[in-house]
Order: sequence, then structure tokens, then C-alpha cells
Amino acid sequence: MSDKRKQYWKGVEQLTNDPAFVKNAESEFPEFLPISDNPEGGSSRRDFLKMMGFGIAAASLAACEAPIKKAIPYVNKPIDVDPGIPNYYASTYVQGGDYSSIVVRTREGRPIKIGGNALSPLTKGCSNAQVEAAVLSLYDNERLRNPKKSGQDISWVDLDREVTSKLNKIASAGREIRIVSNTVLSPSTQKVLEVFQDRYPTTKHVVYDTASVEGMRLANERSFGQKILPTYDFSKADVIVGFGADFLGTWIAPIQYANQYTQTRKITDTKKGMSRHYQFEGNLSLTGANADYRTPVKPSDEAKAVVALYQALDGKKSDIPHVNKAASDLKKAAGKSLVVSGSNDPNLQVVVNAINNKLGNYGNTIDLTTPVNYRQGNEKEYNEFLTEVKSGKIGAVIFFNCNPVYNTQSGADLAKALETVSLTVSTSDRPDETTKFVEYVAPDNHFLESWGDANPAQGHYSLSQPTITNIFDTRQAQASFMAWAGVIQFDYFEYLKSEWESTLAGIGLIWDQALHDGVFAIPENLEAPIFNADVNAAISSINTAYKGSDLELSIYQKVGIGDGTQSNNPWLQEMPDPITKATWDNYVTVSQAWANEKGITFIEGKSNMVNLTVNGIALKAPVVIQPGQAPGSIGLSVGYGRTSAGKVADGRGVNAYPLISKINGMESYAVISGVSVEVLEETYQVAQTQTQQTYMGRETVIQETILSEYQKNPGAGRYHPHISTWQEESGDTHPGALTLWKGHKYKNHHWGLAIDLNTCIGCSACHVACQAENNIPVVGREEVINRRDMHWLRIDRYYSSAPDDELDDDQKDMMDSRKLELVAANPEVTFQPMMCQHCNNAPCETVCPVAATTHSSEGLNQMTYNRCVGTRYCANNCPYKVRRFNWFKYHDNSKFENVNIAMNSDLGKMVLNPDVTVRSRGVMEKCSMCVQRIQDGKLKAKKANRPLKDGDIEVACASSCPTEGMVFGDMNDPNSKISKLLKINDTEEADYIVTKEIGEPRAYHVLEEIGVKPNVTYLTKIRNKDKA
Amino acid sequence: MAIPLDEVVVKEEKQNLEYVSVIREPLVTGGKTVHDVTEDICRQVEGKPTLSWMLAMAMSLGTLGIGAYCVFMLLWEGIGVWGLNKTVGWAWDITNFVWWVGIGHAGTLISAILLLFRQKWRMSINRAAEAMTIFAVICAAMFPGLHMGRIWMAFWVLPLPNTFGSLWVNFNSPLLWDVFAISTYFTVSLVFWYIGLIPDFASIRDRAKNKISQVVYGALSFGWDGAAKTWMRYESVALILAGLATPLVLSVHTIVSFDFATSVIPGWHTTIFPPYFVAGAIFSGFAMVLTLMIITRKTFKLEDYITIGHIELMNIVIIITGSIVGIAYITEFFIAWYSGVEAEQYAFLNRMTGPYWWAYWTMMTCNVISPQLFWFRKIRTNIAATFILSIVVNIGMWFERFVIIVTSLHRDYLPSSWAMFYPTIYDVGVYVFTFGLFGTAFLLFTKFFPVINMAEVKSIIKTSSRKAS
Repeated sequence: MSDKRKQYWKGVEQLTNDPAFVKNAESEFPEFLPISDNPEGGSSRRDFLKMMGFGIAAASLAACEAPIKKAIPYVNKPIDVDPGIPNYYASTYVQGGDYSSIVVRTREGRPIKIGGNALSPLTKGCSNAQVEAAVLSLYDNERLRNPKKSGQDISWVDLDREVTSKLNKIASAGREIRIVSNTVLSPSTQKVLEVFQDRYPTTKHVVYDTASVEGMRLANERSFGQKILPTYDFSKADVIVGFGADFLGTWIAPIQYANQYTQTRKITDTKKGMSRHYQFEGNLSLTGANADYRTPVKPSDEAKAVVALYQALDGKKSDIPHVNKAASDLKKAAGKSLVVSGSNDPNLQVVVNAINNKLGNYGNTIDLTTPVNYRQGNEKEYNEFLTEVKSGKIGAVIFFNCNPVYNTQSGADLAKALETVSLTVSTSDRPDETTKFVEYVAPDNHFLESWGDANPAQGHYSLSQPTITNIFDTRQAQASFMAWAGVIQFDYFEYLKSEWESTLAGIGLIWDQALHDGVFAIPENLEAPIFNADVNAAISSINTAYKGSDLELSIYQKVGIGDGTQSNNPWLQEMPDPITKATWDNYVTVSQAWANEKGITFIEGKSNMVNLTVNGIALKAPVVIQPGQAPGSIGLSVGYGRTSAGKVADGRGVNAYPLISKINGMESYAVISGVSVEVLEETYQVAQTQTQQTYMGRETVIQETILSEYQKNPGAGRYHPHISTWQEESGDTHPGALTLWKGHKYKNHHWGLAIDLNTCIGCSACHVACQAENNIPVVGREEVINRRDMHWLRIDRYYSSAPDDELDDDQKDMMDSRKLELVAANPEVTFQPMMCQHCNNAPCETVCPVAATTHSSEGLNQMTYNRCVGTRYCANNCPYKVRRFNWFKYHDNSKFENVNIAMNSDLGKMVLNPDVTVRSRGVMEKCSMCVQRIQDGKLKAKKANRPLKDGDIEVACASSCPTEGMVFGDMNDPNSKISKLLKINDTEEADYIVTKEIGEPRAYHVLEEIGVKPNVTYLTKIRNKDKA
Repeated sequence: MAIPLDEVVVKEEKQNLEYVSVIREPLVTGGKTVHDVTEDICRQVEGKPTLSWMLAMAMSLGTLGIGAYCVFMLLWEGIGVWGLNKTVGWAWDITNFVWWVGIGHAGTLISAILLLFRQKWRMSINRAAEAMTIFAVICAAMFPGLHMGRIWMAFWVLPLPNTFGSLWVNFNSPLLWDVFAISTYFTVSLVFWYIGLIPDFASIRDRAKNKISQVVYGALSFGWDGAAKTWMRYESVALILAGLATPLVLSVHTIVSFDFATSVIPGWHTTIFPPYFVAGAIFSGFAMVLTLMIITRKTFKLEDYITIGHIELMNIVIIITGSIVGIAYITEFFIAWYSGVEAEQYAFLNRMTGPYWWAYWTMMTCNVISPQLFWFRKIRTNIAATFILSIVVNIGMWFERFVIIVTSLHRDYLPSSWAMFYPTIYDVGVYVFTFGLFGTAFLLFTKFFPVINMAEVKSIIKTSSRKAS
């Protein structure tokens, strides 16, 4: 091929570069179209008619064809993208100070699923609901599509020019510049910010956290001389005491803690012990729900309980329940215990440190030598910033991916003060409350479109890589900072790579490998410091600060919505709160005693609204009566009451951030004074997916025991239904043994799922993972109230019934069945993930008139959507009520476009898993045990010409479980994890009957006696309690 | 009880050879002659529609229109316009279905079983009762269709040869049995009813004065010639069809009850259902016949044909079937307790004392207590009381199905899924639609078809139209 291409001239004019030609060369029509009949130019009546005729004809011709939405095939297929075959990329999820190493699954260039990265020594392949749901936020229609100036579109070039010139002006005038952000875990970003600071020396980086733990860091400074957060290792603890720290749900690094915690809770044949967990808290948190001994205490008493525990270790008895017992257990487990507190009060944390120090936990369960970098906010600096903004000292503020107008206590003040700042910029990738008050928005990429790194803990590093090209005209914030710092043509990827390559070489890693793995470690431990703090001063300060009042408020984060950053994500909005099972709202949680006193009821989620007034700020919110709520306390979650987040989140619930108070000068989610509540006439219904609170004493549903009983008899707590028959009168016949069914013989595989109720903490990661994997529609608050949520996998949460001594006289006279509906004031909580049980004798299969639901040759209960006519008979006959009906068309339906964003816009639809059908109106659906993944695994094995190995196939729920509480596998394979866990014995009874005998004494089937023989098996819940 | 022969006085009057019994009430009163029968029955067919008929028709059409709008919305938007949810997958739809099917039992029972038992009192009510059956079954059949998520695929429940491969219906499914049971019942009832109509159509044809009537009724009467041979064949066919229809009376509701009885849901999974459902069906069917008859005899002045005696006899059937139903309720409770099955026990306690207690006690009051009033002769021969109680019984029977379906589903095995069902206007609207449909069809029937079987009634005029004085 010749180097030089042939060129054709348009005419002699081009050759001669005639000025008249050059002028019009780029236009589509260099000359006016010769349609004018008028030799003098201009249009005549005839021209007008001609053009109108043409116009009408053209318009009607164009209208004949629908808009073209064709998939355009690749001209050259990219080497690593095969249609139908997913690609996986390791990356990093960072949201504020939260961190998870992730693996992103992409199909045809679209990220569709986020899972944990098993190579990470920190998160160990675990994720949580917020991480799993983040992929939907990528395809949020509300995201900014291009840079904005005062709400109007602007080009990046103009934005950079204007911002840079303003920054220069401000800097040269010597005025202050502030970069405000949440915790930045990325070392390279820190360096970029340093470059910016070098360019504009008046710049200061102010860091704040939506839930500050600076008090802990200050306490560690007072105790150890280092303002750090230590690494906790719950897995080494035999006794765990938590004071208001929801470490399984929302506190600092819940993914890691949940995984560690459940390692101590898991019981096997070789490990027959488990940790004992005490929790002292006001609200019933996810962590408290998993505790063996939970003491409801209002926030001020919680502080007193910490002191009491400290003193109890020295032998001083306390009258707070369980404190003495906890102290004696802790002493027995010295060095193998852990005490944590969720308080942000340094004094309180000093006492906690003193307790841990006294128990010798430092160096064992608490590692000060590898501090973590989460939540590095500095309240003092932020407050200074606020005063400076208000006083007009600040010339420019850049909000780096943060939303302080919404998620700080003083957001409204900030919003007002911002008007006086001459340059305000936000890098938020979507509109929020802060972008409303800034002049320029330079939208950052979504993290799935970005390069990046993170340093979550000392010596631990993590890389992010883009999994999709920028969907919109956004730019990575780091590049924006560099552009404003005068570095043009900055490529953050090159920068990142060059930053790391030499370091990586030092530890014998190449960049590609590090990127592939997503994580790497560089040994860089610190030295262990010695405890040295004035505990008595801390205690006396606590005694004066925590006076307590009649009504105290515990502000908290919900497991799903968290701090509200992702509140425009409908998967999280509709994820039922693990405790209240409420969706789409926040609410004031109150105790039953308080409700009785005020005369309010809570039926089917309906109750009165209340006016909650906290130190002069009033909010109107609905009420949820929460068993386990400490008397004298109420709870309210942050993350709601968004006003500019988008159509999903706006107007849902109330904003609790302004209620945050201060204790000992530090931000406090516990408000211990100035709280009052007024009950209003107005009622409101909170949308709950479950309204019956107790399991009605049905042992066939929940089987549990205590540890000492289990150790005596591994089958303790099991419920064995038995009956007599006319042939056998001793009453030992198992009802499931009597059957009309022929049974099945599974020649190849027999899929099964085992769920350990003892490790399930109810975190709902599986719930969101299932929703993402299986294209499950979101239905919105009203439809949840109508009890039509579509979740294939739900987590049933049961409270224990009220014991007789808690009943009043009226209640004592009730029928037994009614008494069981009453919840204990401080209930025991059990979580039970419930999905299609894939019954071998499935009641749904027999009743379908058109055979739309059938049994597979591998034990699955299959649903053929195409064949379904929608009689709902199968759902009625399902004893587990796991079938979900498409009451409406949820996709492409304007009625659902505000909630089901994944199925109602072209952008949202990009998140859909192409392996799973989007179901149409009028058909039934349910858990398929991720049959698409099973098929994929089988095909892969077949192509590789090898038998399927255990672990080749992982279902979405099991793979997302941070506690490894779910095991999926082939029960026909004697070496599979599930077969070993359940100790499965095949007994072939006849040609067509195979009975799987489960040898594990803890294993049971829910509703065993009705003989449906499910393929999902549960293991009994075991509580580490003393015998009552 | 044997009746001594000498007490039976056979009077042979000169004018009309009339059989008079001292103990039996005459079946037709007013000393009607054969001609009177023709005149009385043909009057409304041949005359102009009366004002009351027009008013009733306007009401029915209005109801039908409102209902049709609700049906349209149901089909347009989806089943979600109803109040159903993930726990309660059937409520008003199947309640209405079973209720209408139940009502549809009386007609065939009256015409087939009573024919076999040679109960001649059936003759003046069987035509209307059968018409009611046909229309009730049509109304019932609306619901299995309308309750489907994808009604446009409804033909898939029929075992049709198809091009989908070897796809076939699921013969294990009670819903499929319903399809067969109801369609068979409907077909047999329709044929039975129509064959009975042929001689009467011929009478109208013969009397017709205008061309249209002649052509229409001529076509409808299939060339009936009234020859002895034709009558003989007619009688044989009636007998054969009665024989065919009799087991169907029992089987249809038995099979409908299998929808519930073969399931695993506590409160549904009950072996007593088939007899209990059949008794309930006859109970409600007779009540509905009474409701309609009392209106018809009044508006069309047929008091001489549908007498107090008829009403009383039907009320006796209501006492019997109502008592059977009552015993069935009590038996269910006893068995729930006796079985020792926790979920079953709870399901029944929940019926009585749970959130739907009012539905349960409405059912008990209407179905078990109220029919017992018919033990008093004064009440069972009182038309107003009978009319009210017949409506009460059908309210009760509607609640019976509602109680069985909704209270069993709303709190079954796993307490986590327990939920309430609240009907929407579309639940009500689709029910109203079937009322409109039924009313319209029945009114058309009363106007254009002979409401009483003239041919049969004429056969008893001589033997049972006057009491010995």
C-alpha cells in the first residue's frame, strides 16, 4: 500500500485555494441550493410552496420509520470482548471512607454486577448491599452529562479557563482556597491535590466524614500518642462487647468486621465453640440483633455502661444488666476479647481503650501497628472552614465528591455562606444539595469509569480501573484538579501507573499483575505504642457530660442507605431494612412502652406522625414501634430527606443530619438532651415487606438452641415432627416418609443450597446481589405497601415472643395464638434468608394447569415465563410464599419510571443482566437458583472437556455473602462442600427414587412435615447464652 | 307413611277430569286450564316489554357498563388493579368464581335429579332455574379467565394440538380439571335446557303473529311437530340427559373443591371439601332460585304456577343443605384440633379470631343460623321472609368462599409472609360486571323465552291444580 493516499479535488477552486471556496469548504452545502426561481435572489411565493411541499413530504417520510435503535456490530472485534461472555475486572469501591475491593463483571462492555474480590486480604471477597448496588448508580439518569455553570451547560475548555482564571485571581489576591472532601483513601489523589496546593499555596484540604469517628482517633492520640484508627480483628475474639457500635452494619469497616465476626460464630464438627457477644445500645441495630446478650440502654446510659464495665473489671458491681456478666466473661477471655464503642466522644473511647488495654487486647485483637485510613475527617478543621466561609475569608471552595450542604449538621449555614464565596466548584458526578449552591460543576466519572488507587490500611493498597468508557462528558476529578493547577493534557492513568510502577517493582510485582489482582500489600508496619492515658479524668468528664434526659435520640445509618450518598439508588431504597423490614422511608423508632404511654399503635406499618423537635429543629416523621428500643430513647436514621438527589430519593423521609449534636465538643449521633416528640393526629404508613414480627413459636420454621446444649448434643434444638400410622403405632414415623410421590432420580447433578442461620447476620448483601443478578424490578413504596415487592430472595426477620412476665393483665387473658404475636420488649432476633426452596415434591409444579413450572433433571424447580398464563395457583400453593407475580408491566411503563429505573430508560437498561429474561406483565417468577450461572458453569466445563468441579458455579446470593453463610453445590458430588457440610448419604431405594439422607444433626428443612422435600437446607441457629 | 286408599278421594268432575288430593297441596293453583297456561306464559313473550322490565334492563345494562369499564381496566393495566398481593394470590376472583358455580348448581339439580325422583313440583320452576344455571356458569367462567395474568394465552389451558413442540397441559392440575368439569357441565346444562325449550318455542311459533317471531321461533323450535313420536323421543332424551347431568351436579363442585383440597395450604388441605362444597352449592343455588322466582312470579303474575308450596319445598332443601354445611364447618374445626397439626389449628383459630373474624362470623350467621329459621312454618311460607333469607344465604355463601380462600392464604405457614388483603374498586367492579351480565341475560331470557315450562306444566294441570275443598 502506498503511503500517500490519492486525493480528489472538488474542483479547480480547491487546487487554487480560492478564498471564496475556502470560506465555505467545511459546510455541507458550500453554495446555496439552487431552488430559488427568483433570479434576483430571495424567495418568491413559488419557492415558498416548493419548500413547504418538500418539507411536508420529508417530514412525513421521516415519520414512516420508527427511531432506529440497532446494535451496531463491531467492524473489528476487540480481542478480549466476546458477545455473551462476561469479562471480570478487579477494582475498588470507595464511597466516603468506606472501602471494598471488588470484581466487576462486564458484558459487552457494560458493567452489570459487582462482587467482592477474593484476593483482598482485607475484604476477602466480601461485599455488602451498598457495594453490590453501586453498579446501578452508574446508570442513573440523574447523573450529570456535562459540566455546568450556574445550571447551564458549559464546555470543559470554558470551564477550565474560567475556573483557572478565577483561581489565579483569588490566589494572587492572597485569598484562601479550600478543597472540601470526605476521607480520601487514594494516595495518588492526595498527590494530585498536593500539586494543586503547590500551584495555589493558599489552598487547604478540609476533610470531614458523614459519621465522624475522630473521637476514636483522638482517644488513641491520648492513649498511645498516635491519632490513628487501629485494625480490629474480631475473628480472634472469644468475647465481644459492643457499645452502640453497629460494626456488622455501618461502623467503620462493616464488611471486614462481619466476615471476622462470623468466623467466631461458625460452628463445625471440629470447632464446637463460638464467641459470646454482648451489645449495649439504644436502637436495635443489626449488630445488636446478632448479639447473645443485648442490653437496651439509652445513649447516656450507654456511656455509663462503658464506665461501669471498666469498673466492673476491677470488681465493682454494676446494676446495669449484663455488665457484671460481661466483665467476668471478658476477664476469662483476656487477650482474646474485644470491646468497641460507636461513640465519637474521646473520653468514652479512652475508657474503652483502657478496658481493652486492661484485658491485653492490644496486639491481639486490636492491631495498632497497621492503622486503617478510613474516616480521617477532622472536625476542628471543618468547623474552622465553616467559620471562615461565613466570615467571607474564603475566596474559592472546591467540593471534591462530597455533599456537605446535605450531610453535615450545619449544611444550611454552609449553603447560605456559599453565596459570598467568589468561586464555588463541585466535582460531584450527579446533582445534589451542594451542587445547587455552587457555580461550577465539573462532574467526575463514576468510580466504575475511573482509574484510581486506595490505601485502606497501612501497607494495603488497592487499584481501580475503568470498566466502561465514560458514558457522559465527564472527567475524572483528578484530571480536573490538574487542569486547574495548570497541568494540561494530564492523563491520570499514566500518572497513576508511573506513581506505582517503581514501588511495585520493589515488591516484585508488575503493573499488569497488580491491576489484574486489584490489590497488593507492601509491608510497612508501625511500632506498637504503649497505653498511657488518664482514665480517671476521662471517667469524671463522662460523668459530668452524660446527664441524660427523659428522651434521648440515637441517630443512626441504615444498612441499605447508609449516609445517603447512594439514596437515589432504588435497589437500596427498596431493600428492606434488616431490622424494621421497612423500605423507602426513615422514621422515628420508639419503644412499645413509649407507644403505650402515648396511646399510639403500629399496625401493618400504619401509625401516627410525630413532630420531633431537637434543640429547636423540628421534623415531621412517621413512627415505627421497634422492639428492643431502649426505654427513654428513640432512633432516626440519616440518609433520607434528600431534596436534589433525583426522582428516586427526593422527598423520601426527613433529613436527620441537622439534628446531630455535640458531646465534649465532638460530633455526636447520640442526642442526649433537648429532644421532644409530639404525637400528631395525622397517620402515615411505612412500607414494610414483613409485618408479622414473631415466628409464632413455630419450631418447624426456626430451630435454635444454645451453645451448651449443642455441645452436649449437636442435634439440640431440632424439631422432629412425627406421627403414628396404623402399621406403626409407636409414633415414630416421620411425616415426610409417607408419600404418594415417586421421587426423582438425579443422574448428573443435584443442586442444593445450605444456609447456616448461625452465621447469617441479616446484612442483606445477598438480597441486592440477587436483585442485580436476576433483573428483579423495583416496585416503589405504594406497591410495597400493597405487599407486592418482587424480591426473589428475602430475609425473614423474626423476634421472639413476649415472655409471660412481660404481659399485662389483658394480654394474659389472650388466647395462646394471640399471645405469640406479642413481641418481647428486648427480643431475640433470628434472620432467615428465604428463597425458592426448590422442592423435590414441589406443590407449585402439580397445580400449574399449563405446566409452566416444572422439575429439572438436576433438582431445580424451573419457571418457564413464556408458558405462564398467570393463574397464581402456584404462588398460593407455595408453602414458603416465595413466588412473585408481575402485577403490572414494570419495564417501559411510565408509572414505574421513577422507581424502576433499571427497566425504564435506555441508560438504566444497561445494568440488566443479558443472561436473564426481563419478565413481562402477568407471569410468575421466582428464584431460579441462578440457573444461568449453572448453565454457564456447565458449558465452560464441557468446553474444557472436564467434569464440573465444585466451586465452578457460584450463585449470586452465596457469592455475595460476607459471612460465607450460604453454600451452594452439587449434592450428588460426595466431595462437594455442600455434601460434606450436610454429610449427605445417597440411598438408592428403587430405580426412580433416590433419597438424600442428611447426616448433619443441625441441618433441617423448613416445614419438614409437609413433605415437600426442599433442596435448600438450613442449619440451626445457636446462641451463646447460659441456660435460662 | 302409608295412606289408606279410602282417604284418597277421586272426584270425577264432569267438566274437567281433575285429580284432587286431600293431603297434597296442588302444584298449580287458580284452577288453570291448559289454555290458561299457554296464555299466562306466552303473555310476556308476545306482549310489549313492561315498564318494570325496561327499568330492570336499564339497571342491568348500567351495571354491566360500569363493570365492563372495570374489566377493561383490569385487562389494560394488569391484575395489579386488584388488591391481591404476594401472599394472597386469589381473593374476590376465585371467591366469585366458586360462588357463581355454586349458584349454577340448583338448575340442573332441580331439572335432572328431581326429574329422576319424579318430583313434579319442579315443573314450574325448572326452566328459570336452568336459565339461572346457564347464566351463573357463564358468570363463573369469566373469573378463571379474567384472573389470569395473561388472558390472551387462556387457550393454553385447553389440550389443543399445537405447534409449540410437545407442549401439553398439566393433567395433574385441579385448575385443568375445572376446565373440563365446568365446560362439560355447561354443555350438558345448555343442551338439557334447550331441549326442554323446544316444545314451548313451537307453541310460541304457532301463535306468532308477526313474521320475525315466526322465523325466529320457527328456527329455535327446530321444526317441532308435536307428534306422539316426537314427544316420545323428547321424553327419552330428557331422561337420558337427566341421567347424564345428575353425576355432574355432584362432580362439578367436587372438582372445584379440589382446587383447594389438593393443595398444601392449611385451611385448604381438607378431605371434607367435596361433600361440603356440593351441599353448599345446592344451598346457595336454591337460595338464588328463590330470590329470582319470588321476583319473577310477582312481576309476571305467576303466583298460580310458582306457589307458596314451591317456596316451602325449596326452603326445606335450604334447611337441609344449610345444616349439612353447618355440620361441615364444625367438623372442620374438630378435625383441625384433632389432627394435632399446628398450622391447621392456627388457620382455623385465625378464621374465628383473626383479622377476618367478621367475615367468618358473617358466614356463620348467614349460613348456619339464619336457615334454621325455616323450621318455623310461618317463616318458610312467608314470601318476604323467604326473599330476605334467600339473599342472606347467598351473602353467607359468598363469605364462605372468601373465608376459605383469603383467611387460609393470608396467614399460612411462614409468619413472615402474613399479609392482609384489601379489595380495590376493581375487585368490586369485576364482581359487579358479572351481576350486570347475569341480570341482562336473565332479563332477556324472561322477555323472549317462556319462563315456565308450558309443556310440562300442562301435563300436571289435570292431576294437580286443585285441592279438595
